Amino acid sequence: MQLTVNGRTIELDKEGFLVNLDDWDADAANMIALNDQIHLTEAHWEIINLAREFYQTFQISPSMRALVKRTGQVLGAEKGRSIYLLQLFPVSPARFACKIAGLPKPANCL
Amino acid sequence: MNQTPSKKILFISRHAPYGTSLAKDALDAVLSSSAYDQQLSLLFMDDGVFQLLKNQASGEIAHKSFSSLLPVLPLYEINSIYVHYESLKKRQITINELVLDSVQIIDSSAICSLLAQQDQLLSF
Amino acid sequence: MSTLHTINKSPFSHSTLASCLQVCGKQDGILLLEDGVFGALASSPCAEELATIIETGVRVYALKGDVNARGLQEKIRAGILLTDYNGFVQLSIEHKCVQSWY
Repeated sequence: MQLTVNGRTIELDKEGFLVNLDDWDADAANMIALNDQIHLTEAHWEIINLAREFYQTFQISPSMRALVKRTGQVLGAEKGRSIYLLQLFPVSPARFACKIAGLPKPANCL
Repeated sequence: MNQTPSKKILFISRHAPYGTSLAKDALDAVLSSSAYDQQLSLLFMDDGVFQLLKNQASGEIAHKSFSSLLPVLPLYEINSIYVHYESLKKRQITINELVLDSVQIIDSSAICSLLAQQDQLLSF
Repeated sequence: MSTLHTINKSPFSHSTLASCLQVCGKQDGILLLEDGVFGALASSPCAEELATIIETGVRVYALKGDVNARGLQEKIRAGILLTDYNGFVQLSIEHKCVQSWY
């Protein structure tokens, strides 16, 4: 699968994750999100940036449990809940947040 | 839904980081296992205690740094982390050199009883 | 019976047997296999600790095929029990967990 963003061609794997993580930018994120019918808002970006920071710090994509916990630590208890993340990224928040954030698929995303 | 009772599983990490993949394998295994709601704990002993040192700038040898990887454990609810006292002592590593501050330092006889409590041991 | 410890490295060049002996409980068993059978020699660096632990009631086994293959039939110390692969399976069943020191 390929995406064309601002004249750049970006390679995606079968599940829509970036093949080359360096291809990521905000425009690519918006387009990947649209593929999954998610319109990115400020609230989404908070989580996307948090996921990217998580990856930079721990060099691993966050699982659901870890994303919830980290969100709680960084953005406060109100947002550090599964239900909040599910509203933003339906069905599988860790998976979709990582995909849009241009991170590898979380290893233990069941 | 049928709930099988959770098991006590101890991951034993006894090898230094980077030289082999065993240390990383242990970490990956424990993080992946955290998805299954079992009672997980992690023990560092022998050269495995070298994984816990601060300031590992392993980017220079193209490896992910254990100094930055290990603090992810609490985010995965891995809160029972044990470090073998005699292994630290033999290598002259002090507690304030460790990257995790929530570890439990235990001696050989405590490890003996820790092993005896487990349903499953996984050795790395 | 609680833990079965398996050792497959020579104590002359590895510290696995020494590590195992540090944490081995009275109810545990130890199985020496592959190069681990050199640990059954009286000249082993861990000979004293091994003797002490046998006295406390720990059963220490060596895999007969590996002992014979290395010509150690006459050289292994008293108190070591010889076993074979069937015995290995039996020991794995009798103990709650197996810890492999490699």
